[in-house]
Amino acid sequence: MISFQSVSKVYPDGTRAVDDLTIEIPTGKITVFVGPSGCGKTTSVRMINRMIEPSTGSILIDGQDTTSIDAPFLRRGIGYVIQNAGLFPHRTVLDNIATVPVLQGQSRRAARSAAAGLLERVGLDPAMGKRYPAQLSGGQQQRVGVARALAADPPVMLMDEPFSAVDPVVRAQLQDELIRLQGELGKTIVFVTHDIDEAVKLGDAIAVFAVGGRLAQYASPSEVLSRPGDDFVADFVGRDRGYRALSFRAAGRLRLHDEPTLTLDRPAPADPVAAEAVDGQPYWVLVVDDEHRPRGWVDARQLTGGRTVGLGDLVLGGSLAGPQSSMRTALDAALSSPSGRGVAIDDDGRVVGTVAAHEVLGAIETARAAAPASGPHHNGSGSTTKQGPEASAQRAGSAAAAS
Amino acid sequence: MNWNWLNRNTDQITSWLLQHLWLAAVPTILGLLLALPLGAIAFRYRWSYAALITLAGLLYTIPSLALFVVLPGLLGTQILDPINVVIALTLYTLALLVRVVADALGSVSPLVRQSAVAMGYRPLRSLVSVQLPLAIPVIGAGLRVAAVSNVSLVSVAALLGIPQLGQLFTTGFQLNFYTPIIAGIVLCLLVAAVFDGLIQLAVRLSTPWERAVKNR
Repeated sequence: MISFQSVSKVYPDGTRAVDDLTIEIPTGKITVFVGPSGCGKTTSVRMINRMIEPSTGSILIDGQDTTSIDAPFLRRGIGYVIQNAGLFPHRTVLDNIATVPVLQGQSRRAARSAAAGLLERVGLDPAMGKRYPAQLSGGQQQRVGVARALAADPPVMLMDEPFSAVDPVVRAQLQDELIRLQGELGKTIVFVTHDIDEAVKLGDAIAVFAVGGRLAQYASPSEVLSRPGDDFVADFVGRDRGYRALSFRAAGRLRLHDEPTLTLDRPAPADPVAAEAVDGQPYWVLVVDDEHRPRGWVDARQLTGGRTVGLGDLVLGGSLAGPQSSMRTALDAALSSPSGRGVAIDDDGRVVGTVAAHEVLGAIETARAAAPASGPHHNGSGSTTKQGPEASAQRAGSAAAAS
Repeated sequence: MNWNWLNRNTDQITSWLLQHLWLAAVPTILGLLLALPLGAIAFRYRWSYAALITLAGLLYTIPSLALFVVLPGLLGTQILDPINVVIALTLYTLALLVRVVADALGSVSPLVRQSAVAMGYRPLRSLVSVQLPLAIPVIGAGLRVAAVSNVSLVSVAALLGIPQLGQLFTTGFQLNFYTPIIAGIVLCLLVAAVFDGLIQLAVRLSTPWERAVKNR
């Protein structure tokens, strides 16, 4: 547990970066500090490992005042992932990862061989160990940054906008990877971001900071979205918050329809499903590969009997809803599909059925009627080992769209 | 060119060349060793930067001949003692390199410095094992200038009679005879080229990551 007790940071020029912050960060969870720039979220995180010293107040880690610990020694016990990874350009990937263990007195050899294992853990080829950071892509550098922070197996990790400099696709991969790693490691993570979507995706709890270093709300992601603490939070989480909140509703209760399919590179049946087509309307048929994995949609009117369905016939697109999907993913799958039917897949990526947008909305309405006040009430500060039931369902993935 | 004269004086010229080599090399190395800590201080403490850089600038404006003549009086050494040359050139190298080292450290990405702090480096260890290695290319560029300028400055000491390649210039001048002057210029250029090449090689060998970027 990390406790901020009435912590303020005022710079000599009078700028108030952090204003009387009192917050308890639970052990073994991801707590996200989110807010616009200049809200003191990074300053707050850097006060934990004393890269910045508070002006007043104190910070305790597991009951021990951090000022009672020699600062460099304290920092070696706290993993730190910085923006743009902050790797040492003159050291190989392995030596970068081995940094803290070597500082702690481990032999370089032992630290290097442990580092090789960590490379695999963060999803990188161990052959990359001998490269220099400049030889890696941005996303790979970030993975090395995470491996470096993990090398000394610290109980606490601070992550300061670690994924802000990579493209959205890589960012999503890195976020998924972090969730996976956290599932294995159970670290106490304080994660800084200005991106509310990232906060909602990663956080067990979210602390929303307002400009001037004020803590505006501290609650579970579902609560921040469904019950913003004040106007600032409501404004910050944005207009899409109703849609985003669907991320916390498991799609498990959706009823799926069987979907007739055609197989790619196989001849279409002599009398194609197009028989049922209404004149002038496209008639969409789902095309799968030999493993029954969805490849795209084809307008059956284009197919004459016996013709082979090729890649060129396919209209791609449509996100897919997997077994652990939320209502948000299910709705998006339906809305983004040319046929209006969202494709649900199982763990192996095989089609299990489809669902239409109105059915997803119907399920959301039904769930809402059944539980009018979803989730426990929380206000601004206070204890937060909280994780709404919806959030845990999403993370645990016990519910399955493929039911 | 009088090749006969050169042939007859080969031994003498070789001994002057060797003398020249160490008179230029030793101050370059000593100057660098002194400039590293002073440059680091100038980088770390803002207030000392202006003071140290100004002082270094003033030092560099003292004419070398004057310094060669004054130093024996200050140090109690003999006027012909080569140690005077070593000390004078060390001071010039130092004056040149304090700023180079300070600015080279300043060229290291602040993100990398912060990252070193966050990993738990103490300031001295961060300086030695993170910041200085990354500053090598810039320091190396400054060192090349200092080394080459030392090669030419050494020859000024010939006016005092300290034996090195500069003797070829005084001899040629006194005899109104161009062969030793040309030989002196060629040998000085050669020494400078060798120093320059050695420094470039050392920089190259100590910064393998710089090339790793290019052949990705």
